[in-house]
Amino acid sequence: MVYQVLALLLLAAAVGYLLHNTLQNMRSRGIQSGFGFFLETAGFSIGETLLPFDSSESYAKAYAVGLSNTLRVAIVGIIGATLLGTLVGIGRLSRNVLVRGLCGAYVELFRNVPLLLQLFIWYFVLTELLPPVDDALHPLPGLWLSKNGLQFPVPLWAPGHWGTLAGLALGAAAAWAWGRAARARFHATGRRPPVVIPALLLLVAAMLLGWIAGGMPSGLDVPEKTAITVVDGGAVTPEYLTVLLGLAIYTAAYIAEIVRAGIQSVPYGQHEASAALGLSRAQALRLVQLPQALRVIIPPLTSQYLNLTKNSSLAVAVGYPDLVSIAATTLNQTGRALECIAVMMACYLTLSLLTSLFMNLYNRRARIRER
Amino acid sequence: MAAEQAFTPIASRPPPQRHLGALAWMRSRLFDGPLNSALTVALLALLALALPPLLSWGLLHAVFGADNDACRAAYGSGACWGVVAEKGRLIVFGRYPYAEQWRPLLGCLLLVAVLVASGMRRFWNASLLLAWALALGGFYVLMRGDVFGLSSVETDRWGGLPLTLMLSAVSLAIAFPLAVLVALGRQSKLPAIRTLCVLYVELIRGVPLISVLFMASFVLPLFMPGGRMDVLLRVLIGMTLFAAAYLAEVIRGGLQAIPKGQVEAAQALGLSYWQMQRKIVLPQALRMVVPAIVNTFIGAFKDTSLVTIVSLYDLTGAVQLALGDADWRKFFLEGQLFAAAIYFVACFAMSRYSRWLEGHLNTGLKRS
Repeated sequence: MVYQVLALLLLAAAVGYLLHNTLQNMRSRGIQSGFGFFLETAGFSIGETLLPFDSSESYAKAYAVGLSNTLRVAIVGIIGATLLGTLVGIGRLSRNVLVRGLCGAYVELFRNVPLLLQLFIWYFVLTELLPPVDDALHPLPGLWLSKNGLQFPVPLWAPGHWGTLAGLALGAAAAWAWGRAARARFHATGRRPPVVIPALLLLVAAMLLGWIAGGMPSGLDVPEKTAITVVDGGAVTPEYLTVLLGLAIYTAAYIAEIVRAGIQSVPYGQHEASAALGLSRAQALRLVQLPQALRVIIPPLTSQYLNLTKNSSLAVAVGYPDLVSIAATTLNQTGRALECIAVMMACYLTLSLLTSLFMNLYNRRARIRER
Repeated sequence: MAAEQAFTPIASRPPPQRHLGALAWMRSRLFDGPLNSALTVALLALLALALPPLLSWGLLHAVFGADNDACRAAYGSGACWGVVAEKGRLIVFGRYPYAEQWRPLLGCLLLVAVLVASGMRRFWNASLLLAWALALGGFYVLMRGDVFGLSSVETDRWGGLPLTLMLSAVSLAIAFPLAVLVALGRQSKLPAIRTLCVLYVELIRGVPLISVLFMASFVLPLFMPGGRMDVLLRVLIGMTLFAAAYLAEVIRGGLQAIPKGQVEAAQALGLSYWQMQRKIVLPQALRMVVPAIVNTFIGAFKDTSLVTIVSLYDLTGAVQLALGDADWRKFFLEGQLFAAAIYFVACFAMSRYSRWLEGHLNTGLKRS
């Protein structure tokens, strides 16, 4: 009790002292406080945006755009890092020495160099070593890669696509129903009907039907090369590509180690026991080993996802307009350091809390149910 | 009784062949099954495509002398490692006055020496603390100067590898006691203290380091009377607060691994709370987490690169600075690869050490 009161008093005294100093400093420098300025006109434009943004809109809107840009790179990065990391992690356990060696080299190489330096290197490669846009690389039909970034085909929106979307929704519902029916049948008879492939088939078939019903709109916006530039199609800037590549490749090295440790954590006896029960290799992997490995993999994987999201803040160093970059611009224009940084921190904190919430929910489903 | 038979052992069998021939080795390691064979062939093809151009760029056609004209001539076909010869000192020591660069060199050696000594178990005693205090004091005197006839060098001229080493070592050294307190606080039964500690740890761990650094460099000066504060000190405080939150979680992991019986036994012996922590709990808990602490240090060492964004020139920042001039701008990649190699060697060595430690440290605890 005495300790607690003492600690609280100490904290209150420290905060009071710092607050006193702050107020005095702010008064002497003529700094105003308050969050009202967030509704004022921002007056700067943002290079690439997901949401439309105009320099006459408010700082609050600019923050929203920054947050959407952060999410855009973080979500795609998480998907990429998970795929690459899982492959490399499994590769590190391969019997093939070449695969094992290369995967090990990958992990050590990318884990031991700071992400910021890697981002600088990627940025240099993407903006200096790639050819200029009038001489763009053309690796696949429809793809153009140059100093201007990557340009790719996107489907043109047509009213018929509502049919495709409706089909997709129906297909998802049907797949879910199939999964439930399969589970009920498994509980009733002990036989497990196939789940994944029929569900996927249902999904794709319903989507195709919806697309056909919608009149098969097939307009694609394919980028075209003219004499001096590449026009049309979807495009991402070299800044976005830099951050995406850097984050995905860096985080994949960590995810690979997590996947490897997870797979190794399942005792070999489990594998032998499932073989003795007559399970096939795929069945043993899917029904015995993977569920146990996932339990070990998911918590650290969650923290890697959070790390990736937080590391996307390094985007500011290569000029990608993410949340930090917008906050820094706002700070420079208004001089309200405390407010600008506090709101930025609050955004990241919310993202972190939301992610851990979802992952905890998933983790609760995946954990051991003790009887 | 049967006639006595002399015991004649049969000749022992040869041991199983352990060394396979090269062909058999290749078959078992590279070509068992169609999938593996396909993978091997695909990877070999990839290597055959990628390695020759890399070799020709990095070695055969590379320019090793600090010769700008030769580098420009080789641009596009060969690397210009001359950039390291020309700008190496600027990359490693940043903006530190050129004539005085023996001082950061000596400072670096001092820090590396203490770090290496801290890695040896024979030095794990109280004298290590003294060594650290002396080394950090010596480092500061060497770098800052202004005494013993050394010329004064302001902290904003410090840069490069010494700055990286110093920031990571000092921030972790100061963060350590703080982290122990926070970790204990999080385990405490006192609700107010526990809540404070949980809030601190979760708040810091939920935001990126860069926002903490921004906060430190823009807002900290406002907290101080007079509103002034050394840039290096601000960054150091930010990094320390950040590192302490992560370190506290590492130490909490160790605390949680201590069997409850240890605590109960200590209480039964009549030890007070602090006696118990100091003599029973912490020694065991900390020993368990030493490898994790080394990993935290590796993280801090890499994270130091972020101070570039708040305009301090550590190793990463010094590369940008060194290659800023027009003559050498084209050879950015070579300079950055040089810096990356320094980071790689340091981090790789430390992670190997951490892994070795894991195997050797807790051998007494494993029973199997």
